[in-house]
Amino acid sequence: MSPVMEGYNFAYLDEATKRMLRRAILKAVAIPGHQIPFGAREMPLPYGWGTGGIQVTAAILGPSDTLKVIDQGADDTTNAVSIRRFFTRVAGVATTERTSEATIIQTRHRIPEQALREDQVIVYQVPQPEPLSRLEPRRAETKRLHSLADYGLMHVRLYEDIARYGHIAKAYDYPVMVNGRYLMAPSPIPAFDNPKMDRMPALQLFGAGREKRIYAVPPYTEVKSLDFEDHPFRPIRAPHACALCGSRESYLDEVITDDRGGRLFVCSDTDYCSGRVALREAAE
Amino acid sequence: MTRPMLEARGLTLHFGAIPALVDVAIDVAEGEVVAIVGESGSGKTTLLRVLSGLMPPDAGTVRWLGEDVHAMGEAARRRLLRTDWGFVHQNPRDGLRLNVSAGGNVGERLMAVGARHYGNIRGEALSWLAKVEIDATRIDDLPRTFSGGMQQRLQIARTLVTHPKLVFMDEPTGGLDVSVQARLLDLIRSLSRELGLSVLIVTHDIAAARLLADRILVMRRGRVVEQGLTDRVLDDPQHPYTQLLVSSVLAA
Repeated sequence: MSPVMEGYNFAYLDEATKRMLRRAILKAVAIPGHQIPFGAREMPLPYGWGTGGIQVTAAILGPSDTLKVIDQGADDTTNAVSIRRFFTRVAGVATTERTSEATIIQTRHRIPEQALREDQVIVYQVPQPEPLSRLEPRRAETKRLHSLADYGLMHVRLYEDIARYGHIAKAYDYPVMVNGRYLMAPSPIPAFDNPKMDRMPALQLFGAGREKRIYAVPPYTEVKSLDFEDHPFRPIRAPHACALCGSRESYLDEVITDDRGGRLFVCSDTDYCSGRVALREAAE
Repeated sequence: MTRPMLEARGLTLHFGAIPALVDVAIDVAEGEVVAIVGESGSGKTTLLRVLSGLMPPDAGTVRWLGEDVHAMGEAARRRLLRTDWGFVHQNPRDGLRLNVSAGGNVGERLMAVGARHYGNIRGEALSWLAKVEIDATRIDDLPRTFSGGMQQRLQIARTLVTHPKLVFMDEPTGGLDVSVQARLLDLIRSLSRELGLSVLIVTHDIAAARLLADRILVMRRGRVVEQGLTDRVLDDPQHPYTQLLVSSVLAA
């Protein structure tokens, strides 16, 4: 484990910046699903690598917290390892790969398979916080649409999918209504994870660094995926069992094993998968 | 006569020193087709924009069923624009979403007012495409692959799908060739009669006004110089400007 670096404030950001972030977070929690602008700082990693998530984590991190960072469900990928090491060096906090032991989970593109608790916070890295961005490029106009709760446009997009493909083709960043009021982009998590957001006991915070927006879903808030009555929302999952742990419930990644068409499906959540493997080995 | 649905009084609007509207009053009753004619720059389109709440006047009021349109909140005005009202733009590209299929365009207003059943929305879209004489096989095509006349008919279908009570039309036949114009006018006339629609139509085409309108208003330099029943105004014009306008129509 690398030692705590000298010369940096706790968790890298200065206290005034953290205060600004916390005010934005409080406002976001007070208005579930509403995007709050904030003054995103330059971070020692590029935009698109989680600058928004890392700033939110820095603002809520305390010395007694235990941090878990996942990237596409995995704890051992570059992005996850770098961010974990970053906070070890600038804040000296404990880190873990176990979902159950973490108090703060920063994530890119997944929600852990294991259900989260009231004493946990999940921080999402968000590339594009505006769910209407592809449909209405003008920021001033989307702001007005949000304020008037005028979301027919999003349904037009879903209608187009069904007309063209026979089903709603959006498989990630699937738009949701929060608390029956705000349309929200859940960040690029698979649609499979959307139901986990509904009435989740943990606080959910979303940070978009490049776009300079923070939004939040407080614990036990209704999060509903958009759909049609005759084309209900379906979480999509590869119809296989995990090659390592045999799970038929978890979200799977497809792994190409050779150049002759060989492939296998494994859990995207590495902690969940290794936990199940360990359990099975213990039983044997 | 019953109380008019749309009542405007004393509308005045200046663009800098230029008077766009000067003390304009207009009523539209239920099921009535009213045409506003006049030369370019006479304030026709501005009047339409003020009446439909898109632009606030300097003075005067617009009342819809007794309620002041410019005093209500933006949310209420937008709701009005997509339920009780419709707006057909001169250029169909302004009124359509060109990257959304014809069916999606017709369905948008339905979805905006809360329709959430795909089958019903599609059924409604198909029936409206039939009403405006667009082939059902084109439902999933993008409007940019349509001809100008078809785009305009699609815009009308998209506007009428929520059964508005009043439709504002800003030169709906502008830029179309005469045979297409004739069919479109025929379509507007039959739909407005069938559905009991009120229509407020802006046009510089006197022949179109005669064909469609019950009443006619002649505008010049922001003022209504003459108004009355269509046949009366066109057959017996009183104001010199109306006389000029009527006499300058080309006969084929």
